Amino acid sequence: MEILMAIVIGVLFMSATYLMLSKSLLRIIVGTGLLSHGAHLLLLTMGGLKKGAAPLLGEQASSYADPIPQALILTAIVISFGVTAFFLVLAYRTYQELGTDNTERLRGTEGND
Amino acid sequence: MSLLHWAIVSPFIFAIMVPIVYKYFRKIHTGWFILPLPILLFSYFLSFLSNTRENQVTSETLTWIPSLGIDFTVKVDGLGLLFTLLITGIGSLVVLYSIYYLGKNKEKLNTFYTYLLLFMGAMLGVVLSDNLIVLYLFWELTSFSSFFLIGFWYDREKSRYGAQKSMLITVFGGLCMLGGIILLYLMTGTYRLSEIISLVSPELFEHYLFIPAMIFILLGAFTKSAQFPFHIWLPDAMEAPTPVSAYLHSATMVKAGIYLVARFTPFFGESPVWFWLVSGVGLLTLFWGSFNAVKQTDLKSILAFSTVSQLGMIMSLLGVGSAALHFESIPDSYFTVATTAAIFHLFNHATFKGSLFMVVGIIDHETGTRDIRKLGGLMTFMPITFTLSIIGAFSMAGLPPFNGFLSKEMFFTGMVRVQEMGLFNLETWGILFPIIAWIASIFTFVYSMVLVFKPFTGKYQPEKLEKKPHEAPLGMLISPIILASLVIIIFFFPDLLSESIIAPAMASILPSLLSGTETFHVHISAWHGFTIELFMTIGVVALGTILFLTREKWKQVYNIFPEKLAFNRLYNGLIESSQRLSHTFTNMYMNGSIRSYLIYIFAFFTVILATTLAVKDAFTVNTTNLAPIGVYEVLLSLLIVIGCIAILFAKSRLTSIILLGAVGYTVSLFYVLFRAPDLALTQLVIETVSVALFLLCFYHLPKKRNEERIRFKLTNLLISIGVGTMVTLIALSAHSNKLFDSISQYYVENTYTEAAGKNMVNVILVDFRGFDTMFEITVLAIAAIGIFSMIRLRLAGRKER
Repeated sequence: MEILMAIVIGVLFMSATYLMLSKSLLRIIVGTGLLSHGAHLLLLTMGGLKKGAAPLLGEQASSYADPIPQALILTAIVISFGVTAFFLVLAYRTYQELGTDNTERLRGTEGND
Repeated sequence: MSLLHWAIVSPFIFAIMVPIVYKYFRKIHTGWFILPLPILLFSYFLSFLSNTRENQVTSETLTWIPSLGIDFTVKVDGLGLLFTLLITGIGSLVVLYSIYYLGKNKEKLNTFYTYLLLFMGAMLGVVLSDNLIVLYLFWELTSFSSFFLIGFWYDREKSRYGAQKSMLITVFGGLCMLGGIILLYLMTGTYRLSEIISLVSPELFEHYLFIPAMIFILLGAFTKSAQFPFHIWLPDAMEAPTPVSAYLHSATMVKAGIYLVARFTPFFGESPVWFWLVSGVGLLTLFWGSFNAVKQTDLKSILAFSTVSQLGMIMSLLGVGSAALHFESIPDSYFTVATTAAIFHLFNHATFKGSLFMVVGIIDHETGTRDIRKLGGLMTFMPITFTLSIIGAFSMAGLPPFNGFLSKEMFFTGMVRVQEMGLFNLETWGILFPIIAWIASIFTFVYSMVLVFKPFTGKYQPEKLEKKPHEAPLGMLISPIILASLVIIIFFFPDLLSESIIAPAMASILPSLLSGTETFHVHISAWHGFTIELFMTIGVVALGTILFLTREKWKQVYNIFPEKLAFNRLYNGLIESSQRLSHTFTNMYMNGSIRSYLIYIFAFFTVILATTLAVKDAFTVNTTNLAPIGVYEVLLSLLIVIGCIAILFAKSRLTSIILLGAVGYTVSLFYVLFRAPDLALTQLVIETVSVALFLLCFYHLPKKRNEERIRFKLTNLLISIGVGTMVTLIALSAHSNKLFDSISQYYVENTYTEAAGKNMVNVILVDFRGFDTMFEITVLAIAAIGIFSMIRLRLAGRKER
C-alpha cells in the first residue's frame, strides 16, 4: 500500500510543480493546493498505514492507527488553509488593481526596479 | 594604560577635539592647536634613545581580548623608535607647513586635521604594536585615513579616482596580510610578533604554510609600499593636498611596508624565496620608478615615481641584507652593509623627499601650476626655494655634500657584495644586481636634475602662470629649511645617527647576529678611497649629465614603450571588466520572471537530492512491512491520479478548480479509509471553503482574456517529473529504512489516564501538544486580519485621487 501511496504522492507533486511553473496566477495557487495535499498524504503514509482502529479509545481495539501524524496533518491543513485563503484574496486584489493574472507581466512598477 | 599607550592614543583623542576647537576658535588657524602634540610626542620618544642604544626593549601590555590572545602590546625597540621619530618629527614639520599652506577660510580645516591625526595615531600604532592583530587594525586605519586625505578635495573627479584606487589596492594588500597573519598563527600559535620571531627554527622553514604566509605578508607590504606592480596608486594619490603627499606618500605610510619587511626579516629572512622576492621586486621597482619618473611633466608625479623608485631601493637593500643572516655571529659582518644602507637611506629619503614635496607645494602655491612645461626661470623670484630644491634633489641624485651620497655609496657597496655571498645561485645572477642599481641611479640623476633645473632656470614665461611668482612666506619655508639642513648635517656628521639610531634598528632586523650584550658598530664615512663605488658614482654623474642634456632627443623612447606597458590601463580594464561581467551575469539570471526562479529552485532541489541518493547509495525498497492493498484504495488512487493529470490538460480555469475540489474530496475519502475521522471532517469542510474562494477568484478574473490551455514547455515537464520522482524515491527509501518504532504507544496508554479524553487526536492537539494549536490559531487570526486589511486598505488608490 505504501508503495502505491508513494507513487500517488509523486504524481501530486509532479502536477503541482508543473502548475506552479505556469504563467497564470490562479493555476499557481491550484498547484499549491495540490502540493499541500501531497504533503499531507506523505505525512500520513510515512506514519505507517497499518490497519488498526481509528484513534478513539472507545473502540476498545487491540491496536490503533498512529495518532501523532493525524494531529500533525490537522495542524498543517489549517495552516495551509489560512495561507491559501490569504493568497487567493491577494490574487483577487491583484486582478482588481493590475488587471492581469499573468505572472510574466507582473514586473513591478516604474521607479521600483 | 601606560604612558606609551597614551602616546599612541593621544592623536585619536586630539582628533575628537579638533571639530570643537575649530568651531569655537575660528580666528586662530586650527593647526596651531595641533602642532604641540607631535612635538611633544617627538620629545617623548627621544627619551627612549638611551634605552634602545643598549638594545633594551621597552614593552607595555594592555589586555584587550585575552581569550583570543589579542592584547594591545606596545614595544619600543630600535626599529620602532626610528619610525616613531620619523612619524612624529616629520609630522610636526608637516603640521607647521600646512598651517601656511591651507587657507584658514577656504578649506575645511577640521576634517583635514582630524584625518591627519587619525593617520598619525594609526601609524604610531603600526610601528609600535607587538601584537599582529592590533598591528593589522592600525594598518587598515592608515589605509582609511589615507583614503580620506587623498579625497580631501572630494568635489574633484581625480581626487575621488585616486582615493578609490589607493583604497582598493592597499586594502587588497591589507586583507592578504591578515591572511598571512592567520597562517602565522596556525604555524606558531601566537599573535605576538616577538614570540613568533623567537620561535624561528629549521622545522618551521619546512612547514607547508611557511611560503604562503610569507607571500601573503609580502603582498601586504608591497601594496602599501607601492612596489611593482602595485605602484600605480601612488602617482594618483598626488591629488591629495601637498602636506599630505609629503607626510603620507613620501615619509611615513609608504614606509609601513618597508617596516613590515624589516620586522619579519628575522623570521622569513633565511629563506631564499624571501631573498629573491624582496630584493628582486625591490630592484624592479627601483628601475621602473626611476625610468618612468623622467617622462612625467607634473612635478608631483615626478616625485611620486621617484618615491616609488627609492622605496624599491630600500626594499632591495632589505632583501640583500637578509642574506647576512646566513653568516654567523659577526656583528660587523661584511654583508650587513646592505641593512645599514637600507635604514640609513630610509632616514635620508624621509628628509630630502619631505623637503622636496614642500618645495613643490611652494612652487604650486606661488605660481598656480605644477606643470614643468609652464614653469621656468623662477630662480630670481624664489632664491630660497631654489636653494632648498637643489639640496633635496642633489641629495636624491646621490651627490656630495648631501646625505643621499652616503646612502647611495652604501647601496652600491651592498649590491656589489651580493655576488661575493656565494648563496642562492648568486654567483651567476648576482651580477645583475649592481648593473640594475647603476642604471636606475642614472635615471634617478636625470629626473633629479629635471626637478631642479626645469622650474628654476631657463626662460621665464609669465603669460602661462596664473599668479605673479614671489618668494613664499617664512612660515612655509621653516619646515623645508629644517629638513634640508638635516640633509647637509647628516652628510658631515653621519655618526650622529649611526650609533644612536641605525645600530639599534639593525639589532631589531638582524637579532641573530648578536649574542649577549653585543651591539652593532656602524661607521659611515664620506670617503672610502678610490673604490669601485666611487667610480660608479662618477659614471652616474657623467652619463646622467649627458642624458639630461640630450633628453629631448631620446624622449621618443617613452612614446613607444611605457604606454603599452602601463599598468594603469590594466587596472582600469580590470575594474571595468569586472563591473561589466558582474552586471551581465546578474542580468542573466535575475531576469525578474518568477517562473525562472522557481525553475532554479526546483532544479537545484532535484539535482542535490538525486546526487545525494546516488552518492550515498541510499535507495532501497523494503517490502516486508507493508500494509495490504485493498480495492477501495486502488480506486481512490486512480481517481487522484486522473484528477491531477486532468488539471494539467484542463482548458478552462473552472474545470481545474472543480478538479482540485475533486482531488481534495478524494483525499478526505483516503482519510476515512486510513482511519482518521477528524482529518476527514476538517478536510471536507476546508475543501468546500477553498473551492468557494477559488470560484470567487475565478469570477473576478479580467473578462476579456480568452481561456487557454497551459502552454507546453519541455523544461517545465522535465523538472516537474524530476520533482515527482524524487519525492516518490525518497518516500520509498525513508519508509524502507525505519530505524525505531513510533512513540505513539505512550499517547495510546495515557490519553485517558493523564488527560481525561478518549479522542487521541484531539487530546494531542489541545493537551499534549497544545502550543502548536495555539500558534495555528494565531496563523488563522493573522490571515483573517491580513485579508481584511488587504480588502479595506486602498492607500495607493487614495493618493492618486
